[in-house]
Amino acid sequence: MATLVKAERLVKEFRVKSAILSPKKIVHAVDDVSFEIAEGEVLGLAGESGSGKSTTGRLLLRLIEPTSGRVEYRGTDVTAFGSEELRRLRQKIQIVFQDPVSSLSPRMSVGQAIGHPLEIHRLGAKESRKETVLSIMEKVGLSPAEYIYRKYPHQLSGGQSQRVVLARALVTRPDFVVADEPIAMADVSVRALILRLMQDLKAEFGLTYLFITHDLATAKYLCDRVAIMYLGRIVELASRDELFSKPHHPYAKALLAAVPIPDPRVRKPKNLPTGEIPSAIDPPGGCHFHPRCPHAMKVCSEGRPPLREVAPGHVSACYLD
Amino acid sequence: MPATMTATGGSAGPPSGDGAVAGTGEVLLGVRNLSIHYPIAIGTVRAVTDLSLDVYRGEVLGVVGESGCGKSTLGLSILNLQKSPGRIVSGEILVNGHDILALGPEDIRAVRGPKIGMIFQNPLTSLDPLMSIKDHFIETMRAHDPKIRKGQIIARAEAMLEDLGIEKRRLSEYPFQLSGGMRQRIMIGLTLILDPELLLADEPTTALDVIVEAGFTELLAKLKRKYNLTVVLVSHNLGLVAEIADRIAVMYAGRIVELATALEIFQDPRHPYTRGLMDCVPNILLDRKELVAMPGSPPDLVNESPCCPFAPRCPKVFARCLAETPRLLADAAPAGAAPAAAASAPAASAAAPRAVACFLHERTN
Repeated sequence: MATLVKAERLVKEFRVKSAILSPKKIVHAVDDVSFEIAEGEVLGLAGESGSGKSTTGRLLLRLIEPTSGRVEYRGTDVTAFGSEELRRLRQKIQIVFQDPVSSLSPRMSVGQAIGHPLEIHRLGAKESRKETVLSIMEKVGLSPAEYIYRKYPHQLSGGQSQRVVLARALVTRPDFVVADEPIAMADVSVRALILRLMQDLKAEFGLTYLFITHDLATAKYLCDRVAIMYLGRIVELASRDELFSKPHHPYAKALLAAVPIPDPRVRKPKNLPTGEIPSAIDPPGGCHFHPRCPHAMKVCSEGRPPLREVAPGHVSACYLD
Repeated sequence: MPATMTATGGSAGPPSGDGAVAGTGEVLLGVRNLSIHYPIAIGTVRAVTDLSLDVYRGEVLGVVGESGCGKSTLGLSILNLQKSPGRIVSGEILVNGHDILALGPEDIRAVRGPKIGMIFQNPLTSLDPLMSIKDHFIETMRAHDPKIRKGQIIARAEAMLEDLGIEKRRLSEYPFQLSGGMRQRIMIGLTLILDPELLLADEPTTALDVIVEAGFTELLAKLKRKYNLTVVLVSHNLGLVAEIADRIAVMYAGRIVELATALEIFQDPRHPYTRGLMDCVPNILLDRKELVAMPGSPPDLVNESPCCPFAPRCPKVFARCLAETPRLLADAAPAGAAPAAAASAPAASAAAPRAVACFLHERTN
């Protein structure tokens, strides 16, 4: 399948304010990250807080500018796009955030919120916009659409709010959606609803997703391939089946072992790594994971292990491989 | 740990031994016909309705359900700490047989902490940013024993930190210097330093990352054994509860709709709501389990209705469900239908038969 989105050696550094005369501090949020997403695919980006997964998602849409590296959409480098070209691009690539409530203006009705992108992108005739909005509302399960159209965010349930956000992202008919932890704040029952809805919408609109999550169980449910990030770097990337059955990187193994199993018959010690994800301001040298890694060797603190192919389409950045 | 802080009041039963066996059959906490109301402008929110529950010494009881089902209100009310304007309108909360709702403000202080400890969801807001970790320990212990010497507190705090897997030097640090997981471990340490019998944990890992959460769960299991704790764990995370709970109470609309061992709840859920919850949870061990979403959302609890509160969302609803509210009764299904008792099923389950509030399971009564 054709490549839809390509990230090439993306780097994002943030300057942090530091005291006068003290050395400047830099957060290495995304540190040389490359991947491709094929048309119609769901790529999962998984990792703990501070791994750089959300920053990567925002870089793809150029919501923030990369320090270096480039993003391609359908073979075109979008990193150099001017504002007009970028606006046109954003009809085609959209994002859904974690918290639907803070993603919606409390002063805009559901109809206004979902119709807003149509105005911004001057899509369709004014008279037909309401029709377009109502039809997308039906598609995401906001019915009766006419009734919810006039409601305001405070009148909606959590599940309904996330549907409104999805509808707003899809109203311009994008073909690529970055979903940044879209279910992390939702209740269990709502999570399942949104996941199923995302699958249905993908089939109906021919969508491609970048699905950002800290929960590998949901990633397994939705994704075709999964990339595991740690402190700004991809440490392992493989197809769903490969990653979950034959993880290579010690961090990927730890992350998998930590997932709680909803089955009391499967209670076992997890051999978890000690400590927590360190600060990205001054990350450990070499392999970032080596201070927590049970298999750390001398070489691990010396140089960054490259991503190497351990099986077709399965890469891992570990000296053990 | 030396038990210098003797538990106050109460005719405590015999010590529960080494805690190797979960649940001794002795009731530590009894909730009787508890109802909690929140008067608001448009009416009364019935957050908890006529709820009864026994917690056995030595067990881990998980309380699960969606947001707004009354789990946290129940947890807080066990210490009579429900948020204003919430009010316990009826019922009793018995700790070792004594109703703590009848206690005056001084007496209840002897229960909050030394008898029942509580840890909350967000450890950062539970710690004072201007106080060192050491001062947190000093304040906590002095509040219950003003004469205790500082050296004694430090010694106990250091021993506690060792149990928590935190270096001693951290005692002189401040909350902002600790990671999220460490803060939550400090919170549990501040609770256990008073040697409580019962630990209430309200969504203790919600703010934590996956690996830290798993580590915290393992730590909690270890501490539970070492300190002979009885634990009530309130959580919406069914995976977490499956890993640690002996029994599970499923709450819906301010009521317990099902109460059974963890194994029974996950392997053979009886209430349609419990089944619905199970079907919503992805399991990483299964190869793309089909998720069955539960439509609708919990009722608002303001409007009183005679029907089963789950009826509007229930796939098995029938006429009687719309006319009456089912009570929580011992399950009438034949005993052979339950899965065989496994190693994880504790002794407590023998003392407490599983119970369901559903007309589908009431037919032989």
